[in-house]
Amino acid sequence: MVDAVVWDVGYLVSAALFILGIKKLSSPKTAPDGNRLGAFGMLLAVLVTLGKMYSEGNIEPELIVGGLALGTLIGAWMAIRVEMTGMPELVALFNGFGGAASALVGLSEVLARLQSGNVPSGGVELYATWVAIGLTGLVGWLTLTGSLMAMGKLMGGFYIPLTKKDSRGRRKWVNFPTWGPPWLNFVKVAMLIASIVLIVLTIQEPTNTDYIYGLVGTSCLLGILFVLPIGGADMPVVVSLLNSLSGIAAAFTGFVIGNNVLIIAGSMVGAAGLILTFIMCKAMNRTLPAVLFKSFGGGGKETVTRTKVGSDPEEVAMVCDGITSCVIIPGYGMAVSQAQHAVKEFADLLESQDVDVKYGIHPVAGRMPGHMNVLLAEANVPYEQLIEMDEINSELPETDVALIIGANDTVNPVARSGEGPLGGMPIIDADKARVVVIIKRSLNVGYAGVDNDLFYEDKTMMLFGDGKKMMNELNSAMKDL
Amino acid sequence: MSLTLATLVASITVFVLAIFLGFELISKVPPTLHTPLMSGANAISGITIVGALILSNSAFNNGNPGTAAWLAFAALVMATINVVGGFMVTNRMLEMIAGKRKKKGGA
Repeated sequence: MVDAVVWDVGYLVSAALFILGIKKLSSPKTAPDGNRLGAFGMLLAVLVTLGKMYSEGNIEPELIVGGLALGTLIGAWMAIRVEMTGMPELVALFNGFGGAASALVGLSEVLARLQSGNVPSGGVELYATWVAIGLTGLVGWLTLTGSLMAMGKLMGGFYIPLTKKDSRGRRKWVNFPTWGPPWLNFVKVAMLIASIVLIVLTIQEPTNTDYIYGLVGTSCLLGILFVLPIGGADMPVVVSLLNSLSGIAAAFTGFVIGNNVLIIAGSMVGAAGLILTFIMCKAMNRTLPAVLFKSFGGGGKETVTRTKVGSDPEEVAMVCDGITSCVIIPGYGMAVSQAQHAVKEFADLLESQDVDVKYGIHPVAGRMPGHMNVLLAEANVPYEQLIEMDEINSELPETDVALIIGANDTVNPVARSGEGPLGGMPIIDADKARVVVIIKRSLNVGYAGVDNDLFYEDKTMMLFGDGKKMMNELNSAMKDL
Repeated sequence: MSLTLATLVASITVFVLAIFLGFELISKVPPTLHTPLMSGANAISGITIVGALILSNSAFNNGNPGTAAWLAFAALVMATINVVGGFMVTNRMLEMIAGKRKKKGGA
């Protein structure tokens, strides 16, 4: 038997690796190393745990190895298979699994203790353990259902299985609901209070499992109600906040099983996730309370009454002939139609004619901050051409053509007026370019539900259609010139 | 393990200090890294895998594995998905972003 101190030192090294990993993840140059350090720290923590069990001579290898192998296979399969466009949903799902794992550990611990009659009779041990188990459950279950809701909203909806397929072979599609009258906030508070009351009751009557299962119910409901009123545009903030909560749940689990590495890693992720949440709120010009308690982007969409005549790809190609600078402004629509490779081809065509091509990336382009950079990197767009909003805005007045593909709210000039749902949101000043080309399916409103004046300006050319199809037509028109 | 007031206070000390550490670790993050940072931190929060390992081992050693054992086993599988999937997906994103830089630098 090895001295217990050895294992504790192992956990300490692993905690230090997590700290270094997170630190390095926040800078572009060191981020890949940071991720590897984190992964290495995790591997070490698992090995230390297995080693400790082995040296104590009571390891149950089949099930442990089976569980690890099963989880590894599923996790790796999902990570390899996912498209870059589906990344936000997958992060939300993984996050939900993390929360659920913590909650299940808490639940398993309390049931095991009840089964073996190992219930503390009172004092610090009872209070501390039962409060920790209760909080693990509350935060863990809430993270699970909240993350699943967020995932549904990021997908926008889902196909109902077993319904009749239409002519294109698709099943019936339902949009994921966003619903939240003001009184729902009171229900949320009531659920939170009920959960806390249940935790207190479990302490007073530790052997009554009704309270424990009741807590599972209220926590799950709280997670659903918490995300239900929040619109799809605010999901990045929600996922980030849930990520922070799953860290906190892991920290509480550390209290339950008396392990410091869980407490350190969990609370550190919890705090770092909260900071990241605030950074994202700032990028989206929203405050956290506004995101959480004011329903947004749900109903009340403006109906579009104006019309605009669409242009041909040939006309746009002619306009692009002989220009010296072009800024491409991609939005999530580009990702949906998988047009990033066609966009890159367009950029290459322009560059072969010595046109200066840059990409203007809005901080919240895509459905998660930073999502667009990942998508364009996948299409081999050089990192140097991806320009952040403030920098590109100073260049746009000198730009010949601004090509907007699949973006709407992030280029809506109404944001500058400071009124309405978009009021005050920082935008990319596409309207300052000499000519604006917009590729979009229709004149329909975006997430925020506001009409966009930019569509109707004289210098704006609209290419109505699927992003990828229009880009390809534009590319062949360019080649034919 | 028996929990005393002293060990509880020590644990809370670690908890509070780690929270302050977390706040200090991240100050300014370029938007490019928001998604990978979120998914990387998410993978680290899968540290609960340690708890799942310990509990599933002791629960199945107990003689007759009951509900508690299977709950712990489910926790182990989910935590492993979170950890393995999270780090792999983060790596995929970062390689994509960093790989382009290297190519450019080499040319």
